[in-house]
Amino acid sequence: MKPLTFTLRETPPERLDLSPLTPQALAGLSAKEIGQIRLGMSKRGLTVGDLFRVSGSDAKNVVFEGGSSRFDGMGTGMTEGSIRVAGDVGAQAGRKMRGGQLLVEGSAGPHAGSCMRGGRLEILGDAGDHLGGPLAGELAGMNGGVLIVRGSAGAYAADRMRRGVAAVLKGCGDYAGARMIAGTLVVTGGVGRLPGYLMRRGSILLDRMPEELSPSFVECGAPDSVFAAVFDRYLVAEGILRRSLLGAAPGKFGGDNAVAGTGEILFRR
Amino acid sequence: MQRLTVNGVAIDDTFAEAFGMRATAIIITAPNRKWARQAAITMTGFATSVIGCGCEAAIDVELPASQTPDGRPGCRVMIFAVSTDELQKQLQNRLGQCVLTSPGSACFAGLKGTADLKLGAALRYFGDGWQVSKKFGGKHFWRVPVMDGEFFCEATTGLTKEAVGGGNLLFIASSSAKALAAAEAAVEAIENVPGAIMPFPGGVVRSGSKIGGKYKGMIASANDAFAPTLRGVVKSELGPDDNAVLEIVIDGETSDAVAAAMKAGIGAVTALGPEKGASRISAGNYGGKLGKFHYHLKDLLP
Repeated sequence: MKPLTFTLRETPPERLDLSPLTPQALAGLSAKEIGQIRLGMSKRGLTVGDLFRVSGSDAKNVVFEGGSSRFDGMGTGMTEGSIRVAGDVGAQAGRKMRGGQLLVEGSAGPHAGSCMRGGRLEILGDAGDHLGGPLAGELAGMNGGVLIVRGSAGAYAADRMRRGVAAVLKGCGDYAGARMIAGTLVVTGGVGRLPGYLMRRGSILLDRMPEELSPSFVECGAPDSVFAAVFDRYLVAEGILRRSLLGAAPGKFGGDNAVAGTGEILFRR
Repeated sequence: MQRLTVNGVAIDDTFAEAFGMRATAIIITAPNRKWARQAAITMTGFATSVIGCGCEAAIDVELPASQTPDGRPGCRVMIFAVSTDELQKQLQNRLGQCVLTSPGSACFAGLKGTADLKLGAALRYFGDGWQVSKKFGGKHFWRVPVMDGEFFCEATTGLTKEAVGGGNLLFIASSSAKALAAAEAAVEAIENVPGAIMPFPGGVVRSGSKIGGKYKGMIASANDAFAPTLRGVVKSELGPDDNAVLEIVIDGETSDAVAAAMKAGIGAVTALGPEKGASRISAGNYGGKLGKFHYHLKDLLP
């Protein structure tokens, strides 16, 4: 069976909510039913049929040919199958996803992977602010799964992260790993100001020593670390990095002592 | 009793009788081979027989750095016990006292089984609140601060109920030196069989036992039928030229592993021949009524 393919006719005239187009929601729907799904956010009432040419029938593998920064909510809550977007997406891509694979070949807007709990979200371009982070009022951000940004990410990456692995390969903005509860954030290519700001627990793993830390982080030596060795191997095996990140004996800053203080920033020396 | 002969070594037409057991395995790694072995040897000390040690344990194989989860030299250790509860207790105590304490050690699951036994999930409390849980790649690890850095330990390992304990071979020779040469040859061959361990000292046991005894409370006592000094006074299994018997006891992850190990042992001892080693190979059983697994020597000839 060919993947269920949505080919974008032209740049959408308004922001879209693509959350209805997940593999589990599309399973068993006829072409007509799919064409009638409403995606528009305004009174115009744009449907799938207005925006896309639809082909293929395998709802387990969904493909978007063409993307836009107006594609909000891509893959929201997906539990299985795969979605590939040949283009950009807007805000909240992969929000609350629990399983399956979401691949964005372009860039993503803010809150990509927000509160995701499982599965794998990979963004080949850049991601906006609040990568994996909670929306206003939510207590925890990313809660499981694997989130990879091959480009850069904005500020507050992995904000309030609680579980899982998030990796940003070309650097991210200020307050990376802010308010982390637990989990692991990997950043290569440098972080902005105050990584780990108010983190309670969890790990921020860097390929270099951070330039500006909150004074409530303390230097904690650099003993040999089996964790670093095993995690380095995991990153390579998972296809996240090509080379080892931390080395055998990474440096450590402990913090943030303004809160619980059992978090860590490990970095290659 | 009908006798088969291979390369001048007589093979008794008998069988080894073995029992179902619970088993688990872990991989211990360290900065170098010496300390990986040291942790494994310490952990498997005083673990020769479930009769008095609570479990039977030994190194299954040494692993080169390329085959361990953290890229350091390691050992796969197997532990056998009669119940899941006892196995968990022995594993936890030995891990805590012998592996956690060993310099630079780390510990990983060595078996995928039907149920989980706690490793780091039990030892994490040593961290006194500073322990760190890490989940990635479908696995769960604990990091416990220790004086040379961190003890890194997988949360759980697997348990198998398919394990077999008590596979054995008896090597009968005209002198102690020859019996020992035969036993050493067998141990060397069996060490190469994956999933099989020999829990006794250096793999060899010289005080083979029978069940029970004349004294109340003795679970096992002297195997008088194979004791050369009693050759004339009891119903002996030994002939006029037999002056020493040594036994190898084998525990296996599966019944096939025990059979493969016994076959390797018989192969090595028959290859050695009666001039340098054993003149006869036998096996221990209890009449076939107690153990579920029977390994007939005639089926395991080289």
